[in-house]
Amino acid sequence: MGLAKRIIPCLDVDNGRVVKGVQFLDIRDAGDPVEVAKRYNEQGADEITFLDITASSDDRETTVHMVEAIASQVFIPLTVGGGIRTCEDIRRMLNAGADKVGINTAAVFNPEFVREAAQRFGSQCIVVAIDAKKVSDKGESDRWEIFTHGGRKPTGLDAIEWAKKMVEYGAGEILLTSMDRDGTKNGFDLGLTCAISEAVHVPVIASGGVGNLDHLVDGVLEGKADAVLAASIFHFAEYSIQEAKERMMAAGIEMRMS
Amino acid sequence: MTNVKNDRKNVVKKSVVAVIDYGMGNLHSVAKALEHVADENTEVIVTSDPQIIDSADRVLLPGVGAIRDCIGEMHRTGLVPSIRKAMADKPFLAICVGIQSLMSHSEENEGVACLDHFKGNALFFGNQHKDHDGSKLKVPHMGWNQVKQTIKHPLWEDIPDQARFYFVHSFYVVPENKDEVAGTCDYGLEFCVALARDNVFAVQFHPEKSHKDGLQLYKNFLNWDGKPSL
Repeated sequence: MGLAKRIIPCLDVDNGRVVKGVQFLDIRDAGDPVEVAKRYNEQGADEITFLDITASSDDRETTVHMVEAIASQVFIPLTVGGGIRTCEDIRRMLNAGADKVGINTAAVFNPEFVREAAQRFGSQCIVVAIDAKKVSDKGESDRWEIFTHGGRKPTGLDAIEWAKKMVEYGAGEILLTSMDRDGTKNGFDLGLTCAISEAVHVPVIASGGVGNLDHLVDGVLEGKADAVLAASIFHFAEYSIQEAKERMMAAGIEMRMS
Repeated sequence: MTNVKNDRKNVVKKSVVAVIDYGMGNLHSVAKALEHVADENTEVIVTSDPQIIDSADRVLLPGVGAIRDCIGEMHRTGLVPSIRKAMADKPFLAICVGIQSLMSHSEENEGVACLDHFKGNALFFGNQHKDHDGSKLKVPHMGWNQVKQTIKHPLWEDIPDQARFYFVHSFYVVPENKDEVAGTCDYGLEFCVALARDNVFAVQFHPEKSHKDGLQLYKNFLNWDGKPSL
């Protein structure tokens, strides 16, 4: 008995629609974000994460309205990420009803931003998103590096050291995505997830690569993740959140059943 | 969320629930959740106006962020007298950092004197927090945990014992008077997550983020006459 592990469906939102790219190509439309969020809420999602992949700032206004609409109807925690670069961006999203914001690229280019944001809004609402890729060769000990721009640009930053630094700067949670696995449906990078989870004292959300329910189980049991995030397996109704929770319960993981 | 003070056109006098806004973060979800369960004769007002708080039928004290800022803002905005007045006789609900602010003292931010409505302290879980079996536990305590209802109370009505609520906090309250404990949770240790005395109820979790059971607690609050027993 105790704290439950969380299942977090992720909605990639572009210009007011939920989309899901497979390896960032072939973007499929998965519906209206408000309707999708309500459906996940009813199915027992523990939180919902939105990733705003909208390019222009005009369209970002759409995201603010969308967060407002969802926060008025869905009473579970909401995280919004994508394009968060300033404290003003954070304030806007929190006022719209987001509980946490995800900071990604901005943290890489300006780590002090994380410190400033945590001091101003509290660590509890600052999620640092880390996109990591394995850079060690076969035979070497595992090493992962931070990448930006959808996994195209290396930064030279070691993923484990970076995660520790971000927590020291005030991150309240780490959203960890394996860029090698994202969109592949081959499962999380468990080595990476476990290494980061053991290196920091804040919760770690595993992301990238979920293709079936056993991958979620592995993320918790082997990856030591505190929460698991997935998108496409839920969007296209391959599995419901309820089914995912039942599978995880059956594997002995503490879950919130509604 | 409206800011109407006196709408003379209202024939039926609305019951007003004041959500105290002392500048600590977003109250959108608290207000929306209350509105979601409120009937047409209830008005939810997010306010920093002492007059509205003083004349409200019930009062909710939210709280996010660090305790020093919370207590500091309560004093700076001059709302402490209104908070104390409300706690004297109105149905009063404090949530999250709100519960910590009602203790005597918190060890956050190198120690902060709080409102001292409940004798006791808010303590840090610690960055080396361990489970009963010695395994590492993450801090903050973030996510859905089970709440054991240690007393019967109108605010627990229609909520199953051991229901899960959403938490996010690194400090927990330790009241001196164990009779005031209304609910507990287990996270490496059993700790107090709900306090009750007379017309005041306080919880560490976020009802507005706790789905059905959280909404039920808000509904119970809106129906509560401030008496501690059923």
